Amino acid sequence: MPKIIPVPDELSQPFWDAVNEQRLILQNCTACDKLQYPPQASCQACGSADGLEWTDVEGNGHIAAYIVIEDGRLNRRMLDQPYNLALVTLDQDPTVNFYSNLPGVPAYEVPVGAAVEVTFEEVAPGQLIHEWRVVE
Amino acid sequence: MTSSNDFQWRRDRDGLGVWEHRGKVAVAGYGHSPVDRRWDEKNLDTSLGAYTIMACEKAMEQAGVTIDQVDGIVCCDSHIAGASGGTASQWAPRPYFDPPYDSEYGLTLINAQWLIDTMGFKNVKFAPTGVPTIGEMVGMASQAVGDGVCSTCLVIYPTGNMEGRYRRGGENADDYARGARQWTVPWGNHGGNDFINIFPHRQYLTKYGGEHEDLVHFVRNQHKNGMLTPWGYNATHNVQPISVEDYIGSRPILNPLRIWDCDRPVNASAAYLFTTAERAQDMKSQPVYVLNHSQHNFRFRTTQPDLDEVEMWTDRQAARMYEGAGLGPADVDIFNPYDGYSIMTQFFLEGFQWHGVKRGEALSFYAGDISVKGPHPFSSSGGNLGNGRTRTAMYTDSIEQLRGTAGDRQVNVRAETALCAFTTPSSGGWLMLGKHPS
Repeated sequence: MPKIIPVPDELSQPFWDAVNEQRLILQNCTACDKLQYPPQASCQACGSADGLEWTDVEGNGHIAAYIVIEDGRLNRRMLDQPYNLALVTLDQDPTVNFYSNLPGVPAYEVPVGAAVEVTFEEVAPGQLIHEWRVVE
Repeated sequence: MTSSNDFQWRRDRDGLGVWEHRGKVAVAGYGHSPVDRRWDEKNLDTSLGAYTIMACEKAMEQAGVTIDQVDGIVCCDSHIAGASGGTASQWAPRPYFDPPYDSEYGLTLINAQWLIDTMGFKNVKFAPTGVPTIGEMVGMASQAVGDGVCSTCLVIYPTGNMEGRYRRGGENADDYARGARQWTVPWGNHGGNDFINIFPHRQYLTKYGGEHEDLVHFVRNQHKNGMLTPWGYNATHNVQPISVEDYIGSRPILNPLRIWDCDRPVNASAAYLFTTAERAQDMKSQPVYVLNHSQHNFRFRTTQPDLDEVEMWTDRQAARMYEGAGLGPADVDIFNPYDGYSIMTQFFLEGFQWHGVKRGEALSFYAGDISVKGPHPFSSSGGNLGNGRTRTAMYTDSIEQLRGTAGDRQVNVRAETALCAFTTPSSGGWLMLGKHPS
């Protein structure tokens, strides 16, 4: 089954535009030099609203932990069950994390601690989402 | 008269010092409806409205308070299925029934105005709208009574459930993810305490050792305590405690989270009567005193809270509560943290260091004697795992333990102070109760 489709809003539009160009960008606070994801109206760390700017990041990370969704509540994903839901930390700043279904990794066979790199997956015509694949 | 929720009642910052109304506010009564698995959508005598009226009447009766003496109503006006229940908050069968059951109110939702109109309260001057869940409501009522906004206040928490639609509709049936859900739902996280806590729980096991299955001792103890709680779902439906084998073999939900790690949604209501310590002296039942309340709503620093974040949050919750009550971990006799998913309770136990339990020690603590008759009667209420998802057992048990009226659940250790909560690691509130006002 296809994944659920994100609906960009005013704040997130630049992020999803970049994803659709197969780029990963995050907010960076110029006031405290902290990356931020998901995007917010102000910096989570220092509160600055004026210092946030979009910056390209290297799409490298590691798998911190995972679960397997066996009985979730999302209608559109029912037929996918069971499937992995991994927590990926960004190498550039491990306090920033992302979810991933780890495409190609069978349920329960997740190599925790392994390196991953960002990839992109189409969930609707013209709409990509960021995913992560294990680096061989 | 309904007033807006606009006075400053929250104690949600670090370093606020001892609560200015410590010991000057009391709980003088409580009442529970029956706890059903679901409403059958036909019998109005078992509807959420009827059950809420019943709970209010019991709380007033226990305190010896008449309906005309009540001048405050704090009622959570959101059923706990939340925005994902059915088609959001339009859950009741159609057509509606005759008044007062001619809208969602009384059937799937309850608010103060519906109760005022239906029960005939005449002197209510504080009935805020937009009331949060019970974890914070008890703090709102405590502060309102302490500040003199009202003097005799009912706190009401209804929890509705009907056949087959629990959080499977609404936005969970949508093909699109809007708002904050755009960062979680495309990968399968539909939100909730289960997702918030399952990753930190896995990191906990990695960091400190142990297996997920070690939680069975805690889950079984909750079931045992639930069977000792006469009004709860398990006791009234003879749900016997599961065996170790039952637990290990049970259905996975968010593996390693299993079905027996999750509480059971129910249709029920509960009410508590808060008043001044002075007035409570003349009421019908033994009061217990509010020694502090606190709230928290910590912002996630990124997509998913991790173990470090959860431990920091629960450390701060504990510091706020102990500071405001003027007490420390060794002073707390009864400890009833939230247990809606078994995977989160260790974070509270270790953060509050109840009975000296430090970070990483909860699983071995669970494997010891945590029965109500033993030296460490942890979560003597049976919580939500033992009584159904009422989210109120923690409060009622704390009151009963301090009064000495907990029956078969009455602990053998000292019972003069009690900590209770409905909260996640990130948001909610705590309440400290005392047998004595100081």
